[in-house]
Amino acid sequence: MTRPDDSGADLVAGEVDWGVRGVRILSEVALRAVPGSTVGLLGPNGSGKSSLLRLLAGLGRPDAGLVLLDGEPLVDVPRRRLARRIAVVHQQVSPDVDMSTMDVLLLGRIPHRPRLAATSATDLDLARRALADAGLAGFERRRWSGLSGGERQRVDIARALLQEPDLLLLDEPTNHLDVRHQLELLHFLAGSPMTVVVTLHDVDLAAQYCDQIVLLHDGRVAAAGTPAEVFTPERLLAVYRADAEVSIGSDGRPRVRFRRPRTPAAGPEAGD
Amino acid sequence: MGGSAAVADPPRPRIALRPAGGVTGPVLAVGLALLALSAAAAVTIGTADLSIADVARTVGAHLGVPVRPLPRLADSIVWDLRMPRVLLAGLVGGGLALCGAVLQALTRNPLADPFLLGISSGASTGAVAVLVLGLGVGSVSLSTGAFLGSAAAFGAVLLFAGRQWTQPSRIVLAGVAVSQLFSAVTSLIVVSDASVQNTRSVTFWLLGSLTAASWPAVALAAVVTGAGFLVCWWCAPALDAFAFGVDTAESLGFAAARTRLVLFGTTALVAAVLVAASGAIGFVGLTIPHAARLLVGAQHRILLPTCVVTGAVFLIWADTAARTVFAPQELPVGVLTALIGVPVFALVMRHRSRP
Repeated sequence: MTRPDDSGADLVAGEVDWGVRGVRILSEVALRAVPGSTVGLLGPNGSGKSSLLRLLAGLGRPDAGLVLLDGEPLVDVPRRRLARRIAVVHQQVSPDVDMSTMDVLLLGRIPHRPRLAATSATDLDLARRALADAGLAGFERRRWSGLSGGERQRVDIARALLQEPDLLLLDEPTNHLDVRHQLELLHFLAGSPMTVVVTLHDVDLAAQYCDQIVLLHDGRVAAAGTPAEVFTPERLLAVYRADAEVSIGSDGRPRVRFRRPRTPAAGPEAGD
Repeated sequence: MGGSAAVADPPRPRIALRPAGGVTGPVLAVGLALLALSAAAAVTIGTADLSIADVARTVGAHLGVPVRPLPRLADSIVWDLRMPRVLLAGLVGGGLALCGAVLQALTRNPLADPFLLGISSGASTGAVAVLVLGLGVGSVSLSTGAFLGSAAAFGAVLLFAGRQWTQPSRIVLAGVAVSQLFSAVTSLIVVSDASVQNTRSVTFWLLGSLTAASWPAVALAAVVTGAGFLVCWWCAPALDAFAFGVDTAESLGFAAARTRLVLFGTTALVAAVLVAASGAIGFVGLTIPHAARLLVGAQHRILLPTCVVTGAVFLIWADTAARTVFAPQELPVGVLTALIGVPVFALVMRHRSRP
């Protein structure tokens, strides 16, 4: 994706608190994503990754603290201008929508066209190219509900890229992708000039591709820094309650492998 | 069937939907021409035999064009009876289809229709209260009662949905509950009254009918439906964005909560005015949006005008059939729309379920 302005956004979240109906979900969370960097947001289920991502997208107001985009508080930026700068790939892409793949892609161009303008030839062209980049050339007229989970995820990512954002936020974008597409996506994100914040479950994948890691635990930042700084066996045990083996690869990045739990698990795997 | 061969087959293109953009202009032009023709033709049809030229002469005479008017009786048939009725049919059909399309997008529920928000049962309660309990007199108070009833029902829906009203499922559930409540109240009122005449007119009204068409009713429906269309059309890109939920709509640049409130309010108002004019005519608002989507695709910028035109043409012909097929007996048009609408809906659903 070539963009007229090739610099990513500078994102800062300072001491952010957030909750729903009195239940505190995030406490004093701080995060910095420098222009062009790829930040991995990790943590166990329910640690607040998705909630934090929503606040970074401006989809909710922090109860305390601020999220700044290039120094400007998100809450002060008009929605439409925000939509031209921040694109979000949500975790759940509803399969039951009666639209063609092309219709879904073109949603990404809404922030860039006058409100009631028809789809322009340029937009169609951009969308077709984005589809080809996603490895789905010729899928324009395919029905969205007929695509596989992975295909939908790739189309949704292409839709977000069509917004031409400086900041791309992705909530578990790899959960339906096969290995090759996971690697391709992370490789693309790491190499792109956009600033990227991505939630991931695969610790080793995050270690290979992210510049910075923010590890959340119970709504607080358990650790932040480079993958090598954050992913230590002690910390992974404390946060994930799983035994990890960490070795440093030839590229200086940690390789993380988890061991089987020592206590016998209840269930069919316990016996073998 | 050929299961073993299918494994080796290359994936077949599964083309199902029309692409966005493209054919929209011509489709609309053809639609509008068809609408004008339908309206003109429908006015000529009936027990008194008239030609399109007669219709043109009458319209010309009333608009001050120097043409020789028809004889008084024929003139009155065209101008006072058939024209308001055909125009009202067009407005009601177009308006209900518009509301259906908007509500299906807002609630992300393909089964949504204009009466989802309790509008129709509220209107019925209001109208029946006027008819049976004898509040006020004449047809004006009937539609006023219907309008007040639907406004009360929509208010109750918002109240039931509470602070979580932005969740589509909440408003659908609230709509179902309120509809049931108002239906029960309607039955209670009808049963409490023994007059056969009243029961007959209540039934006719509940099924939907355009017999009460008049120029004031046409004017009101035209203003409200026209304004409602403009509001919805202005929100067309937001409706596209709602397909994937509130968060997606917001991240594409729309103030989702405000847009939803505006659109729910607008559709409730349009539906209430239309139901007050014609009773609850079913299946137009449910079926037409699905059929229109097959014609022009899912983009609301083109889908909404297509719904209006298609709904208008559909109801004009349905009502023409309703008043002529069993003439001099008249069929409630709601019975006809259901008879045609249900098979069409089944076909659309079959098409949707294809891969």
